Amino acid sequence: MKIAIIVFPGSNCDADCHDVVSRVYGHSATYVWHKETSLAGFDGVILPGGFSYGDYLRTGAIAKFSPIMREVISFANKGRLVLGICNGFQILVESGLLPGVLIRNKNLRFICDWVNLKTVNVQIPFTQKMSQDQILKLPIAHMEGNYYADEATLKNLWDKNQVVFQYVDNPNGSLQNIAGICNETGNVLGMMPHPERASEEVLGGTDGHFLFNSFLK
Amino acid sequence: MKAKVMVTLKEGVLDPQGQAIEGALRSLGYEEFKNVRQGKFFELTIQGLNKGCAEKKLGEICQKLLSNTVIENYRFEILD
Repeated sequence: MKIAIIVFPGSNCDADCHDVVSRVYGHSATYVWHKETSLAGFDGVILPGGFSYGDYLRTGAIAKFSPIMREVISFANKGRLVLGICNGFQILVESGLLPGVLIRNKNLRFICDWVNLKTVNVQIPFTQKMSQDQILKLPIAHMEGNYYADEATLKNLWDKNQVVFQYVDNPNGSLQNIAGICNETGNVLGMMPHPERASEEVLGGTDGHFLFNSFLK
Repeated sequence: MKAKVMVTLKEGVLDPQGQAIEGALRSLGYEEFKNVRQGKFFELTIQGLNKGCAEKKLGEICQKLLSNTVIENYRFEILD
C-alpha cells in the first residue's frame, strides 16, 4: 500500500508515522509537503500529529487552507482512506471532513500519558481486525483533545455508528468519552491517541498493531 | 478603514480557561464577577473596498477562518 504522510509546518509525528508504515509494516511511505497539490498514486493518507502553524488561532484552523488539503478532501470524498492522528484529527474537524471540534482539555493541562480505549466500531477499514469493545492501550499527548459537538451532532454520530474509540477513563473532558470518530462512510478516521507510538515493544506497547494491521493491506 | 472582530464561545460550550479566570478572580476577592467567558479580538485594516463590500467579505472571513461556527459566534464593526 502507498501511504502519503502530509507534512505541515509544525508537524512533528510525520517521521514516526513514516518509520512505522515503512520499517515496521513494510509498506511504502512518502512525505508530501503541504504545498503539494496532488495525491495521485496513493492508496491512503495520514495527517500526522504535531502543532501545524503553531496552533495559531485554533488547532488545525490554518492547516485546513494548505493547498494539499483541497486534494485530501477530494481523496476522502472518493472513498479513499484518510487517517488523522492528534493534530491530524484537529485538522479533519476544522476542514469539515469530520463533525464537531476539539477544544482545550478540561484541566487546562497538556496531557502526556497512556490511556485505555474501548473500540466501539469494528466495521471500518481502520478497525476491521479488532474485536467489538476491544481495549487498546495507546499514548495520548495533547492540549486540545476535548471533543465537543452539539447534541444533535452527537446523536447523529451514534445513529450512524461513527463513534470508533471511547476513553475508558476520560482524561480531557471529551463529551461521551469520545477519543476517535469516523465519517459516515467509514473511510476517514480521526483519533487523539497515537497508534504510531505504540507499534514496537521498545516504545512501551504494541496495540497500534491492531490499527495498522487493519489499515495497511 | 479599520474593522474590529469579536469571536465568543457559544452558550453551553465548556470554557475551562474562562472558569480558571473566574477562579482567580474569586481568590482575589472579586466574587461579584461571574460566568467569565474568554474570547478573541481581532483588529484589521481594510484597503480598497467600500463599506458594503467590506462588510460582506468580513462576514466571509469570520465564517471561514476567524471563528469555528461549531462552537463560536462572531460579530464585527467597521470604523471609518
